[in-house]
Amino acid sequence: MSFEPRIVGILCNWCSYTGADLAGTSRMKYAPNVRVVRVMCSGRMDPTLVLKAFQEGADGVLLAGCHIGDCHYISGNLKTLRRIPLLKRVLVELGIEPERLRLEWVSASEGARYQGVVNEFVEQIRSLGPLDLEARRLPATASAS
Amino acid sequence: MASKIGVYVCHCGMNIAGTVDVPAVIEAAKAMPRVALSKEYKFACSDPGQEMIKQDIKAHGLDAIVVAACSPLMHEKTFRRAVEAAGLNPFLLSIANIREQGSWVTEDPAKATEKAKAIVAGAVFRAARQEPLEMRSVEIHRAALVVGGGIAGIQAALDLADSGIPTTLVERQPSIGGYMAMFDKTFPTLDCSACILTPKMTAVGQHENIKLMAYSEVESVSGFVGNFQVRIRRKAAYVDHTKCNGCGMCMEKCPYKAPSEFDQGLSQRRAIYVPFAQAVPNKPVIDPATCVRFKGKKCKTCIKFCEPGAIDFEQKDSVEEVTVGSIVVATGFQPMDAKKIPQLAYGRHPEVYTALEFERLNNAAGPTQGKILTKDGRVPQSVAILNCTGSRDTNYHEYCSRVCCMYALKYAHLIKEKLHEATVFDFYIDMRCFGKGYEEFYRRLQDEGVRFIRGKAAQVFGGKEYKAIANAAGFIDGLEDHQLVVQAEDSLLGKLIRVPVDMVVLTPAVEARADADEVGRKFLVSRGADGFFLEQHPKLAPVSTTNDGVYIAGACQGPKDIPDSVAQGSAAAGKALGLIARREVEVEGTTASVVDELCSGCKCCLTLCAYNAISFDADRHRSSINEVLCKGCGTCVASCPSSAIKAKHFTDEQIFAEIEGLMSM
Amino acid sequence: MANAKLKVGMYWAASCGGCDVALLDIHEKILDVVAVADLVFWPCAMDFKVHHVEAMPDKHIDVCFISGAVRNSENEHMVKLLRRKSKVLCAFGSCAHIGGIPGLANFWDRQSIFQTVYHASPSTENPKGTVPVERFKVAEGELTLPHLYDTVKTLGQTIDVDYFLPGCPPNPDQIAAVIGVIAAGKAPAKGSVVGASERAMCEECPRKKTELKFKSFKRRHLTHPDPEVCFMEQGIVCVGAATRSGCGWRCIGSNMPCRGCYGPLPSVHDQGAKMLSAIAACIDADTPDDVERILDTMPDPAGTFYRFGLPASMLRRRQRGQDGREAR
Repeated sequence: MSFEPRIVGILCNWCSYTGADLAGTSRMKYAPNVRVVRVMCSGRMDPTLVLKAFQEGADGVLLAGCHIGDCHYISGNLKTLRRIPLLKRVLVELGIEPERLRLEWVSASEGARYQGVVNEFVEQIRSLGPLDLEARRLPATASAS
Repeated sequence: MASKIGVYVCHCGMNIAGTVDVPAVIEAAKAMPRVALSKEYKFACSDPGQEMIKQDIKAHGLDAIVVAACSPLMHEKTFRRAVEAAGLNPFLLSIANIREQGSWVTEDPAKATEKAKAIVAGAVFRAARQEPLEMRSVEIHRAALVVGGGIAGIQAALDLADSGIPTTLVERQPSIGGYMAMFDKTFPTLDCSACILTPKMTAVGQHENIKLMAYSEVESVSGFVGNFQVRIRRKAAYVDHTKCNGCGMCMEKCPYKAPSEFDQGLSQRRAIYVPFAQAVPNKPVIDPATCVRFKGKKCKTCIKFCEPGAIDFEQKDSVEEVTVGSIVVATGFQPMDAKKIPQLAYGRHPEVYTALEFERLNNAAGPTQGKILTKDGRVPQSVAILNCTGSRDTNYHEYCSRVCCMYALKYAHLIKEKLHEATVFDFYIDMRCFGKGYEEFYRRLQDEGVRFIRGKAAQVFGGKEYKAIANAAGFIDGLEDHQLVVQAEDSLLGKLIRVPVDMVVLTPAVEARADADEVGRKFLVSRGADGFFLEQHPKLAPVSTTNDGVYIAGACQGPKDIPDSVAQGSAAAGKALGLIARREVEVEGTTASVVDELCSGCKCCLTLCAYNAISFDADRHRSSINEVLCKGCGTCVASCPSSAIKAKHFTDEQIFAEIEGLMSM
Repeated sequence: MANAKLKVGMYWAASCGGCDVALLDIHEKILDVVAVADLVFWPCAMDFKVHHVEAMPDKHIDVCFISGAVRNSENEHMVKLLRRKSKVLCAFGSCAHIGGIPGLANFWDRQSIFQTVYHASPSTENPKGTVPVERFKVAEGELTLPHLYDTVKTLGQTIDVDYFLPGCPPNPDQIAAVIGVIAAGKAPAKGSVVGASERAMCEECPRKKTELKFKSFKRRHLTHPDPEVCFMEQGIVCVGAATRSGCGWRCIGSNMPCRGCYGPLPSVHDQGAKMLSAIAACIDADTPDDVERILDTMPDPAGTFYRFGLPASMLRRRQRGQDGREAR
């Protein structure tokens, strides 16, 4: 059986989630591998959420927010623009291909773009193969805090 | 944590059930943790569907609800109301979007079903962690602000004021009126622009509920829906308008001149001036760039001739603060600088005019008293109007400017009316005559003998050099020195044409004002890719913005003609009124808050908030969030290194649970 | 327990011994401890053998402190044995709490560490290519060595732990206080972090801080930081904002930024990710290129943000993939 990637998508409410909805109302078909979490702004996209998705078995994480300059909350997406490159640098050191994390800007009117991004990302993850996180095979984390 | 979750999977007719195996999703949901019951329904959003959920909440003591249906952007409010009616806090509802992001986008039924199960699991896991929240109620200040005194802003201000709402109208220029005040006639009815605009301007000036602040600009806006504090800078006019009686002697006598902005530089105005005769307020201002007193000279002409003694060179800018409940932004557009398209020769050849220049040239109150004359005083024998100057052109603006086809027709008509013998060419890509009476007007112009050429003008040539080349190459016979040649491809004939004319009128694109970015930031209104302000929904909320209480009207939202601008002005006023009439407004409780026991005062959050909602108490060494100012984006939440800031309804635990659910299937 | 003395044990797993020294650093308070406690097991300080422990009845030790992470089979065997023999078991120090410095081994694995240590390191002189083996027969019989694991684990990931006392090493005053509390029978809830604050280092840090904005990152040893001003404002990464206070800001007082040994705050899931997020959001750049340019000035971000807590972090270690492939 071929590898079907499981991807967590975290989308901002105002642009990307609405854009994804538009792909739906326009009946654009795309790969079913992305499971979406809605947050209000890409500024909420805490790196911890990305790690959580990987920890839970995601093979890839797609983050999408309003285009730079169009943030519903003015500048939330700028914070994400700054965080994700650093997170990617850390992921490399943690043995996770940075390509497994993707940050895209998708506006509310870009249903077709969302479709394209999802299809492309799913294929990229498919070619990278499963992440098969080792932490999932290690003993459960007892309270460490 | 919720322990009795009710799951409802909607068929949405065949929209969901046509692709997703709903019974399989129901069965899967039954096995999910803390799910007490799991049901399907044909149309969950229907009254009986909602009723079923209400009954179940009461009968089974459900403490959280998951509705798997369409997008939460569609029906979250509907189901929240239903849940609330059954006595459950509306924030204990979670929507699983299995239609827009499920059945509609997935071809394979098995995969669509699998995805739907995962989405439902995400919602179920999340629902278990959701917490009841209260909506906040905010009182609305009974006053409004309108920014921009063009026709859209004038209309909005009048509608608000007529309804008894104290309204402040801020205009940057010395007079209200905007572009419409510059026009001679309006399409397609050919009403005299001044005749229909001036009464409205006067009404604004005299209205007991309107505080007109011309020659003023909004400096900053703080606060939130219902309670905006707006600082307005009134520029120094150097004339005390409370004393000035508007006699005009100062303007007559002032010896210093500058090009008139209102006449597009085609005439001169004095250093002390009103922009045009019907200006409101009809009180002059002194332009410090032209007045020689600001250059150290001792001219006293205006002081000498001002009987009431209103001239005041000591005057300074003053700042006023007003508190308003809602704001209408009607800051308008700017015409594109035609020099950006060098091949059209604007600025190089005197007989190439912009549309606004031609408006003034044609206006009875303009520099030529309405006579259409070339700069050297000749009556043009032929005029070319070039449509789509920078519009529908991916090099400049991809969009259509919407008004140019129609005013080009208007110009063609006016030229024909005034200069019976002149030939008028109209170069167009498509004629877009979509409005009421517009197509009829086009047909009328065809009958009037205007030469319509379907082809975008590629280049405008002129001057003696071109004449020499053209004559030598035999392009055109008998070209005169002053003549211009418009070169285009006639796309109906499929051939290159060169048309000699005496005058060329360009139709520069309607574009977002150069400072739209800055203005947008002041009012927290975002802009689209085209630079214009973005409405909340292109169809269903055309004058609302994503900033509650701030509405947009007119061409600041996109190119618009006068009827549409007026309609939007009224629409925005209506929305602003509707808000004020509610007296108080409910604001979502999904804000962020600082857990005091966890905050160490690290200050990492302080620079992040775009709304200045985070403040730092230096004595207690703690951050705190003003939840009235907070919009709930969660940017600070993601940054807090102590996880001391919680995003209500979007906590780490809730999102973690949702991810766990999504990945559990 | 009022009359009988408290039976206390102290053991070191994958640890440098600094924690044992820290216990001695409580100075004359050790006398107070001895007044209420008998040290029944402390191999670092006194001669105890494993069979002494094995001979103890279960739950014989009232309180057992274990420092060090769990890196090999011996560590694991001993901590499981001590768990059985102890009523209350307390993770002592950063390594036991969150993995500590030995936890940095999780950026590598057994094979690559052996390769570096016994072959590739410039200071290695090993012409015969000798490597440790777990079983080796000699005339006298078989010698054994513990098995070194690929992945370093925290104590809590290995056995059930009652309390966590953080720090590299724990602050002596906090050690004394914690022993006092436990001896007095006023033990906090199971699983608690003890001897540390619920707030971050910034709570105690005396340095002045106004606004965060990173135009570039600077390395501590290449700068002369102003001792009055927040390190972060001077472009030096300090992870104090994501680290529990309670240490007495020994590093900060010595003009060294906090490196995070006291571990994450109570509601934080991943100390490194939270600090990364806080710092990155304040990078003074609005375009991807500018952000990358500034990030180029930060060496080893993963090692910086996970210096002490990699085994306790959400991803636990560097991933190697199913076939051991490298993502780099």
